[in-house]
Amino acid sequence: MNFQNIFSEIEKVDPEVYDRFDSRRSIFKNFGTAGKALTIAAIPTVLSGLFQKAYGQSTPSTVIDVLQFALQLEYLEYHFYLRGTNSVQSPLVAIPAGELAGLDTIRDHENAHVTVLSNTIKALSPSTTPYATTAAGFDWTAKGAFVGTVFKDYATFLAVAQAFEDTGVRAYKGQAGNLVSNKAVLTAALNIHSVEARHAAHIRQMRSGAGAKPWITLKDTNGIPAVQPNYEGEQVTVQATVNIATLAGVGGAIGANAASEAFDEPLDKTTVFNLVKDFFI
Amino acid sequence: MVFTKSKRIPNFNSQVIVTETVLKRLLKLITSKFSIMLKTSNSTEEQLFNEQPKTNSRRNFLIKAGSASVAASLILNACKKDDTYTFMGGGTDLGSGDVGILNYAYALEQLEAAFYTQVVANSSFSSIFTAGEQSLIKDIRDHEIAHREFFKAALGANAITSLSVNFSTINFGNKASVLGTAKAFEDLGVSAYNGAGQLLVSTDFLLLAGKIVSVEARHAAYIRDLISYNSFSGSDVVNTTTGLDLSRTPAQVLAIAAPFLASSIDASRLPS
Repeated sequence: MNFQNIFSEIEKVDPEVYDRFDSRRSIFKNFGTAGKALTIAAIPTVLSGLFQKAYGQSTPSTVIDVLQFALQLEYLEYHFYLRGTNSVQSPLVAIPAGELAGLDTIRDHENAHVTVLSNTIKALSPSTTPYATTAAGFDWTAKGAFVGTVFKDYATFLAVAQAFEDTGVRAYKGQAGNLVSNKAVLTAALNIHSVEARHAAHIRQMRSGAGAKPWITLKDTNGIPAVQPNYEGEQVTVQATVNIATLAGVGGAIGANAASEAFDEPLDKTTVFNLVKDFFI
Repeated sequence: MVFTKSKRIPNFNSQVIVTETVLKRLLKLITSKFSIMLKTSNSTEEQLFNEQPKTNSRRNFLIKAGSASVAASLILNACKKDDTYTFMGGGTDLGSGDVGILNYAYALEQLEAAFYTQVVANSSFSSIFTAGEQSLIKDIRDHEIAHREFFKAALGANAITSLSVNFSTINFGNKASVLGTAKAFEDLGVSAYNGAGQLLVSTDFLLLAGKIVSVEARHAAYIRDLISYNSFSGSDVVNTTTGLDLSRTPAQVLAIAAPFLASSIDASRLPS
C-alpha cells in the first residue's frame, strides 16, 4: 500500500482532494492518533474514515432520481400485468392456460421490484417519498394508440408486454452508470435488469408466431409499428470501436443480425419517459 | 517498490499547521513504515511488487470514473499489493483492475462459445433439436462468439490467451445434458456479470457489461423455457420476495467454471 500514490492518484482526477478533507488538522489528527500504533489492519480503517468524511456518506440525488424513475417504470409494468392477468377485469384477453403461470411470475416480480425500490429509497433518503400510483393512474389506450385493445386482444397485450420489457431493459442499462457511487444499489439494479431481460425473452418467445426471437434483431419490432421508437438504436453493430459484424464467426463473419442481437442497447431517461408517458394519466 | 529504512514517525500534535507538503511527507513516512512491516520475504515480495501490471491504461479508466467510486477503487488498487502478498502464482493471470474484470468476462465467453460451437458441430445436433431450436441455438453460439471475439479485440495486448476447455462430463448427443449445461452456463454468466458490475471503475466498461448481460439473460430464459416452460426466471435464480437475479463474485463463478476448464485461472489480482 502506498499512501503517497493514493493521494497523488486522486489528485489527478480530483484536484481538490486535499480541500475535501474537512480540515487539514482533522486528517492530521486521524493519522496522529494512529501514530506509532498504526497496524496493517488499522490502516484501511483510518483511510476509509477519511474518505467517507471527504466524499460524504449521504446518497447523491442522482441515485435517488434513478430509483424513483425505475420505480415508476415498475409500477407501470406491475399494473399492466395485474390487469392483464385478472380474468374478471380482462376476460377477453383469453390467456391460454399454459401461458398464465409465466405471466403471473412476471407480475409478481414487477411487484417485488416495486417493493424493493420503494424500500431502498426510504432507507437511503428518509426525507424522500417514494413514487407511488394506483390502477387509476394509467391510460391503457396510451392516449389512443391502442384504443380498447390492450386488454381485449391477446396479441396486442403481448405486443405491449414485449415493448415494456425490452424498454425496461434499455432503461436500467442506461442508468447503471449513474449508480456507481453506491455499489449495493448498482448491484441491485443490475439484478433487476437481468430479470427484465429474462421476462423480455419469455414474452418474445410467446410471440414467436409473430416472428419474434428471444433477442432483438437490428431494430425489428416484430410487427408492432406503434413501438418502433422503443427499438431505435438497437441496430448498433459497433461496440467500443470494434465492428462486431465483421468479426470471424463460424463459416464466415458474424454478420449484422447476430452482431446486433449479441448486444442490447441503453436508452436515456428522457427518451424512456417520453416512450411510456402516454400510459400515465 | 523501493524499501527505505525505517524512519521514526514524528509525534505530531493538533497545534501543528499541516501544509500539503507536510501531509505528503507524513504519508510517505507512514508508507515507509508500512513497507518495513510487510517486509518478511524479500525475494518473493520484491518480485511481486516489481511486477508490472497489465493495466497501463488504468489512469484513463480512473479519469472517467466518478469521485466517490474513485475513492473506493483507489483504496482497492492501493491495497492490491497487500492482497498479492501471499499469492504464489499459477494458471492464467487475468490481471488487475478493469482489465482483469474484462479478462474474467473474456474467459467466461470463451467457455460459452466453445460449448455452443461443440453443441452445434455435434452429429446429433440436427436430430435432438427441432429446426426452430437449432436456429435459435445457432444464434446463441454466434452471440457468444461475438462476445468472445469482441473482448479479444478490445483487450488487445492485455487479453489472456485462448483457454483449453474440458467438456468430458457433457454428453453432446443428449438433449438433456446439452440443455442442462447450457442453463448452468447462462445462469452462471448472468450472475457473473451482475456481480462484476460493481468491480468495474470505468462506466464505459460497465455499460458494455450491461449490454452483454441482458443478452445472456435472454439466452438463459430461452434455454430454461426449453427445459421447462415458464421457468425462464425460476425461483432457483430469481428471488421470489425481491424479484432480484443472482450475483456471484469472481471467486464463486470461477469455482463453478473450473471443472469445465483444462486451463487453470489465476484471479488473485482481480478487484474485490
